[in-house]
Amino acid sequence: MLSLINWFRYASPQTFYPLAGRMIPWFAGAAAGFAAAGLYIGFFVAPTDAQQGQVYRVIFIHVAASWLSMFIYLVMAGWAAIGLSLNTRLSFMMARALAPTGAMFAFLSLWTGALWGKPTWGAWWVWDARLTSELILLFLFLGVMALQAAIDDPRRGDRAGALLAIVGAINVPIIYFSVIWWNTLHQGASVSIARAPSMAKTMLAGMLLMSLACWMYSIAMSLARARCIMLEREKHTAWVADLAGSER
Amino acid sequence: MRAFAAIIRRDLLLALRRKSDLAMTLFFFVMVASLFPLAIGPEPAQLRTIAPGVLWVAALLASMLSLPRLFEADYLDGTLEQLALSPQPLALIALAKIVAHWLSSCVPLVALAPLLALQYGLEARAVWVLCISLALGTPLLSLLGAIGAALTLGVRGGGVLVALLLMPLYVPVLIFGAGAVDADSAGLGASANLSLIGAMFAASLFLAPLGTASALRIGLE
Amino acid sequence: MIWSGPAEFFAMGGYAFYVWGSFSVFALAILAETIFVIRRRNQVLHQLRQEHKNKPNP
Repeated sequence: MLSLINWFRYASPQTFYPLAGRMIPWFAGAAAGFAAAGLYIGFFVAPTDAQQGQVYRVIFIHVAASWLSMFIYLVMAGWAAIGLSLNTRLSFMMARALAPTGAMFAFLSLWTGALWGKPTWGAWWVWDARLTSELILLFLFLGVMALQAAIDDPRRGDRAGALLAIVGAINVPIIYFSVIWWNTLHQGASVSIARAPSMAKTMLAGMLLMSLACWMYSIAMSLARARCIMLEREKHTAWVADLAGSER
Repeated sequence: MRAFAAIIRRDLLLALRRKSDLAMTLFFFVMVASLFPLAIGPEPAQLRTIAPGVLWVAALLASMLSLPRLFEADYLDGTLEQLALSPQPLALIALAKIVAHWLSSCVPLVALAPLLALQYGLEARAVWVLCISLALGTPLLSLLGAIGAALTLGVRGGGVLVALLLMPLYVPVLIFGAGAVDADSAGLGASANLSLIGAMFAASLFLAPLGTASALRIGLE
Repeated sequence: MIWSGPAEFFAMGGYAFYVWGSFSVFALAILAETIFVIRRRNQVLHQLRQEHKNKPNP
């Protein structure tokens, strides 16, 4: 019961702002640590792949970016749902803070996918289910960001963006299924570009570590962005005014 | 129920008064469909291959262009607020407007599709499947499109923003709609694709008006 | 992979363009995002301080 009370205490920007500020360095540090470990394993421990040679090492960041883009979208939609149902403005701020990072990872997933695909399968872009779904995921992120940017009233922008995010979340499995269908009907690329080489344990470890690194990074980045949003939105409050006086 | 029919009748009447809007939607459809052969070349076999996809995309774009009309006029003159305040559930009102939109904007597209299909040299059977897929798919486009139109009430950026928002929603409809014709031509039968569209339609018939109503309320606050 | 010298490491078995093209863009994106957020924070704080100066609390 006590823990429940403490949780809601941080639902106000005033209390969450300093908490987020204290959390950011930890997550940033964790991200750096995991990345160092992941890159070390990825480059110096994991063996060279028999079929793909050295180029398969792109997988370490490609998979991390893909997983994070999808995970961030779900978290964003989750905050959107919480915001719409509980009407807490901090939830909307978190949702807004997550979108750009998610979009960045979606783009990186496509970019690294293309650079992995060209030497491996001979084409920069292949219309297979995963890449196409990732492209649409990028559009979903951009759509939410565009809608929020186009609406001047922040409260309306929050809610409209939240609704769009939720509609998109419902849509993603449908899109994925339909693209698989489309692929098999038109007998597209017979080998999926995303099929990874048979996983040696070290490869898996490297992927996991890089994913964790990106996850920690996303948390740190969205907390930092959320803090900016809090400052921008709560300009009129006393606690922000005090902060402006004291913050370096 | 009477209010439902009344709103449909009102919207249809308003749409008929602005015949130029309807004409523009049709004209856009024809124009886009005519651009592709000019760009790709008149080779009949190639045109027959791309026809279902091109016609579906053209119909999709044309109906998307007509979406802002769904709520804009009512939003600007305050009617939408009155409708939101009425005792009728907003979702039902939204559904009525969607039905009217489909009747006035999409049905003419479906009616015109066979003529354009002839331009592409599609065989009779393929044309038939195309029309069925459009007849089943365009209500979906209207239903899903309404959510996009409601989210962007009075927002600058207009048509392009709606297109960006709706594109992911439309992808499955497009895949199964155009895919139905391709599947049928390939001898696999269109029933699978069409049933999937049917299933999505049934789900959207229930969910889309609810989503539209929420979006309208967000825009009207 | 056994480290057999910087030249071979950077060559990545001939795939240098693809591997380093991916990793460098990845690093650049992360760097860019970090810079953007830091800049946004500085802008907001600067704005707040200006307003604080112009309208001291009564």
